[in-house]
Amino acid sequence: MRYLPKSPAERQEMLAAIGAKSIEELFSSIPDRFRLRATLDIPGPYSEAEVIQYFKDRAAENSKGYTSFLGAGVYNHLRSVVTDAIIQRGEFLTSYTPYQAEITQGTLQAIFEFQTLMCQLTGQEVANASMYDGSTATTEAVLMAERLTGRQRVLVARSVHPEYREVLKTYAKNSGLRVEEIPFTASGTVDANALQAAVKDDVAAVVVQSPNFFGVIESYAPLVDVTHTAGAMFVVAIAEGVSLGLVRPPAEADIVAMEGQSFGLPPSYGGPFAGVIASRDRFVRQMPGRLAGQTTDSEGQRGFVLTLATREQHIRREKATSNICTNQALCALAATVHLALLGKEGLREMAEQNLSKAQFALSELLKIPGVRRTFDAPFFNEFTVELPRSVKIVNGHLLRDKIIGPLALGTPYPQLTKHALVCVTETTTRAEIERFANALKLALERPI
Amino acid sequence: MAYPKNYRYTKEHEWINVEGGLATIGITDYAQHELGDVVFVELPKPGAKIELGKSFGTVESVKAVSEIYAPAAGEVIEANGELQNTPEKINTDPHGAAWLIKVRLTNAAELSGLMDASAYEAYIAASGKEASA
Repeated sequence: MRYLPKSPAERQEMLAAIGAKSIEELFSSIPDRFRLRATLDIPGPYSEAEVIQYFKDRAAENSKGYTSFLGAGVYNHLRSVVTDAIIQRGEFLTSYTPYQAEITQGTLQAIFEFQTLMCQLTGQEVANASMYDGSTATTEAVLMAERLTGRQRVLVARSVHPEYREVLKTYAKNSGLRVEEIPFTASGTVDANALQAAVKDDVAAVVVQSPNFFGVIESYAPLVDVTHTAGAMFVVAIAEGVSLGLVRPPAEADIVAMEGQSFGLPPSYGGPFAGVIASRDRFVRQMPGRLAGQTTDSEGQRGFVLTLATREQHIRREKATSNICTNQALCALAATVHLALLGKEGLREMAEQNLSKAQFALSELLKIPGVRRTFDAPFFNEFTVELPRSVKIVNGHLLRDKIIGPLALGTPYPQLTKHALVCVTETTTRAEIERFANALKLALERPI
Repeated sequence: MAYPKNYRYTKEHEWINVEGGLATIGITDYAQHELGDVVFVELPKPGAKIELGKSFGTVESVKAVSEIYAPAAGEVIEANGELQNTPEKINTDPHGAAWLIKVRLTNAAELSGLMDASAYEAYIAASGKEASA
């Protein structure tokens, strides 16, 4: 399909077909006070050379030479040029979500591979063809549990990403869903006693994130039984997918919602990302979005089709399982290529590097007077430390040393003022970690 | 396929048959033909209440998912479990073996608002003409 502007003759033809004399007459039903009479305040027109120069200038404004210790839901990982080379092929780059399934075999096969990889990573039986991001995937998992249980009370661990919880609350606000938060313990894990007391037979879903927002790996297995006894569904959210290279997959969960950004998507401006939702076969008809399936055609050849598209909005309208479950086909493709390049061993190795570098960073930071570890539970590539001074002030000093400092936890968690969430990935070198520790030490020693 | 004379029919293409105080509900041959190959049926559990004109389940074909509307109000006594494994029966025997639910009616008088077989046949013939016009 080509997108070309309409010629004046075509406009005239269209107006004639609907019986309007002019564009002005076409819009005459819109009250005058709502009409824009001024010309749009946009520059241009520019020539091709000017447009190229404009973007070169903007690109030159990008900062260089910074080291980041900021994670909190967005992670800087190594990416191969192969990923970009493949996703930039025109057949993939310019195609929209496959509504005409038969003619987009390549896209469907890529989605099918993506689904397969996501099932292998999460230990689940079925994964859909991607969601917007981790936050909406988590919310869709809750809505799925609501449809499956017919219940509207939801228990969410406060250690779930604050923005994921905000998105859930936004959805819940006018839908009848009641969201309650479960506190975390002094170890940074979800409070199992509080959860046990709260999970009753009116609960649709229990949502736990692992590694959680503090980087802590949750031991949620005992909570699954309590949740199931109450007839509720256990949802595991994952913001850092690379953790699955080492951490046991959440196979006992009923629904897994994951952010796919760590798999080959750069942390640019916070998007676009790719959400993942995976579940049990028996819940598939309440899963949002669509699935790609493998089949054989009338000549016995392998082919790919869209299955489970019948519950989507273009078919089911207001009764669709979801109306905002767009398929991030290109991002999902990037994740697929990235994971195929890494392979099982590669992902494990990458995860091991994250873990050992984060451990090293923690030990370096704990050498600094006044720096204490916040939580003692095991973590993956993020951990929290308490500083003797405001994290934001410290980060201001670090930035002058070209270090993007850790997240100040006081904003999302007022009780954790002066606590910082530090992220270290395989991209961070030993020298950078040492430079960070040294800069932090100096920043803490400075007079205010 | 003939439309049984003792059944009553809705404009949404469900049928209902009352025998000894118990009503059996299904979808019509016209409905199954319009839907195409049925791949899944979602039915209420025994004990569930259904309300006149409200959706009580869905029939999913390769083309679409359609709501099934209650021809009358009542309490579900039994759902046709066979259809979980053999939903395609809806295409072959919609008026018989592929019944959907058995219901104890709240108010049998509600049936008086429904069509009999000849009225329903006239109704689908008219809607067929409309569609091809």
